[in-house]
Amino acid sequence: MINDILLSSNKAKGKRPYFLENPEVERVMNITMAVAMELGVMHERLDTIERLLEQKGVLQRSEIEAFEPNNEEIIERQLWHARYIARILRIVQQELEALQQDPEHNLSMEEVANRLRNS
Amino acid sequence: MATPVNLPPVHNKLAKHAVFPHFDHDETARYNFLTNLNKHLSTVISPGNKIAFEQRVKPKFKAENGREIETRDELEVAMLNDPHFQTWSALRRSTMEMRQQAGRATVLRQAEELAQKVATLNAQKPDSLILNDTVQVPHYMTLFDSHIMPGSYHTEQFPGDVSNAASYDSGLFVTSAGMLGKYTDGGGKALTTWLKATYPNFNPKRILDMGCGLGHNTLPLATAFPDAEVIGIDTGVPMLRYGHARAVALGIENVKFMQLDATQTGFENEAFDWIQTTMFLHETSTHAMQRLVAEIYRMLRPNGLSLHIEQPQYTPEMSMFEQYIRDWDALYNNEPFWGAMHDVDVRQWMMSAGFEEKNLLQFGAKAENDMEYPRNPNAQEVEDHGRSPIWNVFGAWKK
Repeated sequence: MINDILLSSNKAKGKRPYFLENPEVERVMNITMAVAMELGVMHERLDTIERLLEQKGVLQRSEIEAFEPNNEEIIERQLWHARYIARILRIVQQELEALQQDPEHNLSMEEVANRLRNS
Repeated sequence: MATPVNLPPVHNKLAKHAVFPHFDHDETARYNFLTNLNKHLSTVISPGNKIAFEQRVKPKFKAENGREIETRDELEVAMLNDPHFQTWSALRRSTMEMRQQAGRATVLRQAEELAQKVATLNAQKPDSLILNDTVQVPHYMTLFDSHIMPGSYHTEQFPGDVSNAASYDSGLFVTSAGMLGKYTDGGGKALTTWLKATYPNFNPKRILDMGCGLGHNTLPLATAFPDAEVIGIDTGVPMLRYGHARAVALGIENVKFMQLDATQTGFENEAFDWIQTTMFLHETSTHAMQRLVAEIYRMLRPNGLSLHIEQPQYTPEMSMFEQYIRDWDALYNNEPFWGAMHDVDVRQWMMSAGFEEKNLLQFGAKAENDMEYPRNPNAQEVEDHGRSPIWNVFGAWKK
């Protein structure tokens, strides 16, 4: 059996050109575009579900537009957003924490290793 | 509903023949996203290259060098330093790679099933698929993977694998923004429509399509001339296997697929009334092109016709900027002969083999798209240089 997961992302023969000044940025752009695609895919799936539900008389899509969450639902939904955003922007939060940390709590592991070796 | 722009069709509109890979909901959506992304890049972001060139690249070069940009190479260096061109190029490359990945992810998960379906269909008509494992893939085709399709036209993951052909068949839709029709045959159809209207008495009995790939533009020739014997040749075995099964599935009887090198086919002299290449020459080499034209001339019967479909040639009338933008695929989408091929004086090329100047011909063709989907006839279309299904057709009669 072939490993279709690995093979799907094979590189083509021939050197890959990088266009941005900084290849790291271009790498992130590529990852971001792939994630953007998956969001588009998710949106299309949700659109299908909404249309099927409407066709089957389960709901009217106008009800989705008009939906007003109650207080309990507001908390659940806003909590989801808060957690979601925190996950995405984790690294920014961590860089900020590093700035504020006692330098002794932000040592490189080489430094710690040296200290451990010598003490 | 009125739309402010001309939207591409959805991938669901492609016709599903018996060997067409199965697309699940999200795989279809992935191609829809990429089709729209291509459309956005070509209509919104790509035009910015001209603006950046005029407003930023040209003045900067002049300030630094005291003169205008004089060559395509100078233009290339200057453009590669422009932030807009960099962004567009990085996005376009990324889009091409995502299209390959999405296609591969779809076909490889069902590769064994596809191979089985193809084998079953091919067994129904074994005489019209003629493989010959002594025919080599040209050396230059093995140096790089054409249009960054990993494995190119010839690689198999296992004996009988056709996954790259299936990915190609289902994915041309994405790069052409759905403009090639339900069977991706808009090029072949445009060609036969023109031919029948212009030369109604031309009734070829034997037709050769060189570098036919999976035959998506070969089948319209067979359909348009049902009494003719049509032969498609290629060195990419998975393409031939898949293409033949596809033709069987579509019920097209008068077509054969053969594993042959177009530069040395082994066909007898004066064997064909019409010899066609469709988007093939730019995937060869200077040396191969010389051998091809000699081989074409040798194989054509008197009063036979040779035609070639490519993107427009880089003539002196075409601006250097447009030539460079059209060359993007050569440099950055693994079509390395693209630029050199479009620089060739094709009239001289044909005459070098014996065609006479008075018998040369040239016309423009636009893909016939038989898909039914909402179009906005008033929308402003911006040409996607190098990708538009608007072609240059050139050729010659052998008198």
